[in-house]
Amino acid sequence: MNQARSTPFNKAAMHGALILYTLIALFPVFVILINSFKTRRAIFREPLSLPDADSFSLIGYQTVLKQGDFFLYLQNSMIVTVASLFFVLLFGAMAAFALSEYRFRGNMWMGLYLALGIMIPIRIGTVAILDMMVATGLVNTLWALILVYTAQGLPLAVFILSEFMRQVSDDLKNAGRIDGLSEYTIFFRLVLPLVRPAMATVAVFNMIPIWNDLWFPLILAPGEETKTLTLGSQVFIGQFVTDWNAVLSALSMAILPVLLLYVIFSRQLIRGITSGAVK
Amino acid sequence: MTALSLTNVNKSFGKVHVLKDINIDVAEGEFVVFVGPSGCGKSTLLRVIAGLEDATTGDVKIGADVVNMSPPSKRGIAMVFQSYALYPHLTVRGNMSLALKQERQPKDVIAERVNNAAEMLNLADYLNRYPSELSGGQRQRVAIGRAIVREPKLFLFDEPLSNLDAALRMNTRIEIANLHRKLGAAMIYVTHDQTEAMTLADKIVVLRDGRVEQIGTPMELYNNPANRFVAGFLGSPSMNFLPAGLINEGDDRTIGIRPEDLRISEDGALNATVTHVEKLGGDTNIIAHVNSHQITARLFGQHDVEEGAGIRLGFAAERTYHFDASGARLG
Repeated sequence: MNQARSTPFNKAAMHGALILYTLIALFPVFVILINSFKTRRAIFREPLSLPDADSFSLIGYQTVLKQGDFFLYLQNSMIVTVASLFFVLLFGAMAAFALSEYRFRGNMWMGLYLALGIMIPIRIGTVAILDMMVATGLVNTLWALILVYTAQGLPLAVFILSEFMRQVSDDLKNAGRIDGLSEYTIFFRLVLPLVRPAMATVAVFNMIPIWNDLWFPLILAPGEETKTLTLGSQVFIGQFVTDWNAVLSALSMAILPVLLLYVIFSRQLIRGITSGAVK
Repeated sequence: MTALSLTNVNKSFGKVHVLKDINIDVAEGEFVVFVGPSGCGKSTLLRVIAGLEDATTGDVKIGADVVNMSPPSKRGIAMVFQSYALYPHLTVRGNMSLALKQERQPKDVIAERVNNAAEMLNLADYLNRYPSELSGGQRQRVAIGRAIVREPKLFLFDEPLSNLDAALRMNTRIEIANLHRKLGAAMIYVTHDQTEAMTLADKIVVLRDGRVEQIGTPMELYNNPANRFVAGFLGSPSMNFLPAGLINEGDDRTIGIRPEDLRISEDGALNATVTHVEKLGGDTNIIAHVNSHQITARLFGQHDVEEGAGIRLGFAAERTYHFDASGARLG
């Protein structure tokens, strides 16, 4: 950073603001984590205190691991999230490439049509989607969820990625064409690596809502074999009694994988930004 | 034998007519420069030749074949881009050999051609570096090397020097000229810089608004421009245009005088006021005003002229050009 512009006061104020924001953002996660290690009574008596010798208990985790099939749910969630992200990125990038690279009749209308999905919540079509899934026999399969989430993520992906792909140098693509590269090679080898930061952004945007979604798993895949983690955790929330130990423990464990995915993608994001800056 | 011939090439983007009836022949081994102001269609024309754009009508013939329907890689051409357009994920060697690998050339042929090109361009020490580790001039040489290894019938250069600084530009210009002499292949070079056009070309094609204004050797165009646009575009500083009425009462033509044909003389026909003097050491450029018309005189050697001074500028009548109101050359 420029020496002349960074006074100690500026620095302190900047870091103060960032630290404050971090605390606010992490507080709920922190509360979930500490309470997942406490007895039920301690959770309600002093929700903000750390677990001590008296209140420490692993009962929540034991319940979660005993009841229901936690690791199957985790696996389902992982499969659905990763597969959906893969398809969103693949098809989104391909559509964005076509829209930004080729001149064809109705190019602009096609782009607008694809972006329209950003404005229309997919849940409005739940009944129709359910009908379709029943007709195609996809109910209670992970494919039902993957297809729906792919459809849900594509509009924004196409919108963001086509904006970025317009910035990729035409000369580079043309050089590839003159050297005899196929359009697919140009897309995968030349263009995709250059829009990696945008891909990471799209991935992060899409990942969290998919991982946390309760609506579609509940409607399209409520079967024991296909339950996602979010849906699986609901067994502990009853109409009259809620097993808070188990809910908090399940949530704590559900945070970890998504955190891991986030770290992977944000690495890409940072690497993409710096590699662009220093050329 | 022609390396390239364009017959009645037209190109439209929607309703915008970008290239209008272009007819150009390029002989084997000839260095042809397309020159014109930005937006004149010269880059589009190059893209049509390369096959990156399709001509709306007309034929593109490279060597003996009409290539209208051939993809760029099958046209026997190689292109050097303004922004270098090196593949960022490949080393210099990878960049230069990619096209040959695509053609499925045997490994030893690839290695030999890459090494020869690297030798020719002084890139031998950099073959294992990535483009991001090279300077601008080196990147441009890699881009040229990538074209050389393909041994094309026709080289296409799209403003290859505009991203380089002035000193490097001059050196690279000379390198390109040497390269042309060594390789003997036909080259087409697009630029908006008239100095590059004059110094490199065997033949210059001046374009304006998608039309060919004039084709000829640099000296033909300089000494015998077909119209006011060509006269004004070539030469630096550019030609002075004055209403001939300033000299002969009632003459409604425009008179064109090259700056180097103007002399300070007691009995000069033009009465001018000096507004600015550029002393270049070898030359002195005097910018003056005749009434409200700006005029530039280029004097050889060093001259002390005061700004604001009144001078008389003379010229030889046989060194002038006359144009009518539409810009066409008269007599």
